[in-house]
Amino acid sequence: MPDTKDNIITTQEVTLHMGPQHPSTHGVLHLILDLQGERIINAEADIGYLHRGTEKLAENLFYHQFVPYTDRLDYMCAMTNNLAYVQAVEKLLDIEITERAKYIRVIASELSRIAGHLLGVGAWAVDLGAMTILLYAIRDREIVLDIFESLCGARMTLSYLRVGGVRYDFTDKVKEACNNLLEVLPKRLDEYETILTGNRIWIQRNKGVGVISGEEAVALGLSGPSLRASGVKWDIRKDEPYLVYDRVDFDVPVGENGDCFDRYLVRMAEMRQSMRIIKQCLRDMPEGPFNVDIPQIVPPKKPDVYSNMEALIHHFKYVSTGFKVPKGEVYSAIEAPKGELGVYIVSDGSEKPYRLKLRVPSFMNLQTVNHMSKGRYLADIVAIVSSLDPVFGECDK
Amino acid sequence: MTPVDRDELLIKKIQSAFRHDIIETTVFRGEVTHLIQMSALRSICTFLKTDPEIKMNFISDVVGVDYNTETPRFEVVYHFYSTSKKLRIRLKVKVNDGETVPSIAGIWHGADWPEREVYDMFGIVFEGHPNLKRIYLPEDFEGFPLRKEYPVRGYKDRYNPYGVEKE
Amino acid sequence: MVTGKNPIEDSIFFTTLESIADVLRNNPVINTIKENTVTGDVVNWGRSSSLWPMTFGLACCAIEMIAAACSRYDLDRMGIVFRPSPRQSDVMVVAGTMTKKIAPAVKKLYDQMPEPRWVIAQGGCASAGGPYNTYSVVQGTDLVVPVDVYVPGCPPRPDALLFGFLQLMEKIKKENPYILDKRKIGVGK
Repeated sequence: MPDTKDNIITTQEVTLHMGPQHPSTHGVLHLILDLQGERIINAEADIGYLHRGTEKLAENLFYHQFVPYTDRLDYMCAMTNNLAYVQAVEKLLDIEITERAKYIRVIASELSRIAGHLLGVGAWAVDLGAMTILLYAIRDREIVLDIFESLCGARMTLSYLRVGGVRYDFTDKVKEACNNLLEVLPKRLDEYETILTGNRIWIQRNKGVGVISGEEAVALGLSGPSLRASGVKWDIRKDEPYLVYDRVDFDVPVGENGDCFDRYLVRMAEMRQSMRIIKQCLRDMPEGPFNVDIPQIVPPKKPDVYSNMEALIHHFKYVSTGFKVPKGEVYSAIEAPKGELGVYIVSDGSEKPYRLKLRVPSFMNLQTVNHMSKGRYLADIVAIVSSLDPVFGECDK
Repeated sequence: MTPVDRDELLIKKIQSAFRHDIIETTVFRGEVTHLIQMSALRSICTFLKTDPEIKMNFISDVVGVDYNTETPRFEVVYHFYSTSKKLRIRLKVKVNDGETVPSIAGIWHGADWPEREVYDMFGIVFEGHPNLKRIYLPEDFEGFPLRKEYPVRGYKDRYNPYGVEKE
Repeated sequence: MVTGKNPIEDSIFFTTLESIADVLRNNPVINTIKENTVTGDVVNWGRSSSLWPMTFGLACCAIEMIAAACSRYDLDRMGIVFRPSPRQSDVMVVAGTMTKKIAPAVKKLYDQMPEPRWVIAQGGCASAGGPYNTYSVVQGTDLVVPVDVYVPGCPPRPDALLFGFLQLMEKIKKENPYILDKRKIGVGK
């Protein structure tokens, strides 16, 4: 029966609180839904349940001390957060990192993108009732996490990218593990697509749900894969290339309809593109130092600290006094898995940032929830929120 | 786009259109910043959005900064981006404690939440905002945490025994 | 007490929770069974072998909690199955930073869980505020709900969480299984 005005039975409006504890709100989102029967009239997102005061902390920490806090923003893909922050500091310092470090950073952030999208799609599927995909996605995510572990010793909160380069070298063992991943993952992604893309339930729950046009999406501040699903071809990696993205060959997948299904397709395609980037970077990575040669901003190697007096003093000085950066303000944005992740730093010339602002994609993307869910069924809100893939560590800061 | 073209568009064109409203223009690390009069904020924003050569259709962020030793005390910083021309620009307005800033949520709908965030953290009121209330912190929270005088650890209460003692 | 004189009074007696509990408490057969230490061990074994945690993630640690429940680490083999409702679960894993805004909700969820219930504080933030000693973060879960096991790490690896669960099992095995019987149950008591 078509939804004309006549055959909607007018009932009393109900306000439903969804969250903050709800298995399918991706964490601690609280949605206040005004319902007319099963239809959503207004969806108001109440966020801030994970507001930890990261920006206030940053004003009281040295520049190098803030790197671990960036890991805990978008904890599904920590490398890209590290990258956004250290790149902003490097822009302020006006230094150019070494070639090898650039390649390592690209590989690290693309691996992070794969890990983030895998978990994003997995959690989305389990919210809509397809448990299998979550188990599969976590299985493959573990391979990526193993690579991170052999790279820097941590699984999730990595702090691998540092101001001036990276913390440890990219060894052959890691290279081998990456090649192994590139061999395994395409087949696995095909597997997911066999299960999901043609699946009738998946299509019914996602196709035509949460439609947003490109123009509206841009006006509301949507970015990343969710925006590209609406047909806007804007990828910071292509349009304002940083690191070595202008040297590698990759496509920017774009959707047409701007619905949840397109957002899913774009994410799947992005993982394949990430693998292409990693493959090229592994091939082209040059030998050489992985840190810039500026002792003020780069700590000595850890083994040296234990055996060498100068290195110990250097390490002590670095840790206890930090480094000064020039006075000024910069905004540096990168393409994180969720969208534009920007860091705005106001420096007063001291060792600590005067003001640090994180422009986080999840926060801006969530603004569109009301627009997307208006007039849709209550059950659709789960698909809509999942398709935006918000992470609350990042959204609430 | 070469730096010359960018200067032509983002500096000269805007300066010629709003000669009396731009207080200062700086370029640092290739980023153009205009410090403008608050009275001209909405007209400059409308110009940036509608001008066919600049076309800033995407709002990146609205940021508050607290310079507690200066007057006017606060600065509200806007970051804009043009998805078609690939340009970035930054606008700044100075605002005193207790003053209001005209909201630009009517021009870019995406400014809704960031402006609420600035209000939440600094207590800067945006005039004409559709729904100005706290976004991160609970409604009954006292004070504005990102102001410089607010302690990092907050004030002592049952959930935070390490906070600063409140007088 | 059942007097047999007034059937309405007697029926009320049998429908209040308090009185049924009293009958069970004073039943000599049940008491004999309870005094036997073997039955106590069996009860504890049963409780510790099927811990049902609640699907409740707060922050970063929740991702490691999911990883622990999924393919590689597979908590299901220990009888640990995640339940989406607090009414069906008996372990709450406080996974991540608890802010002052969500603390009342955590308390409410804890209150909704049926006895016996246990709490695991996963990670530095849940244990003691972790790296976030700020104006909006609760400095430790124990300021809101009582905690049984603390798992350190930021975030702890899934193996560490698994070890935390094993420690909780050990703890349950040493508990007095009938400690709740002594508590008065019923509305308003």
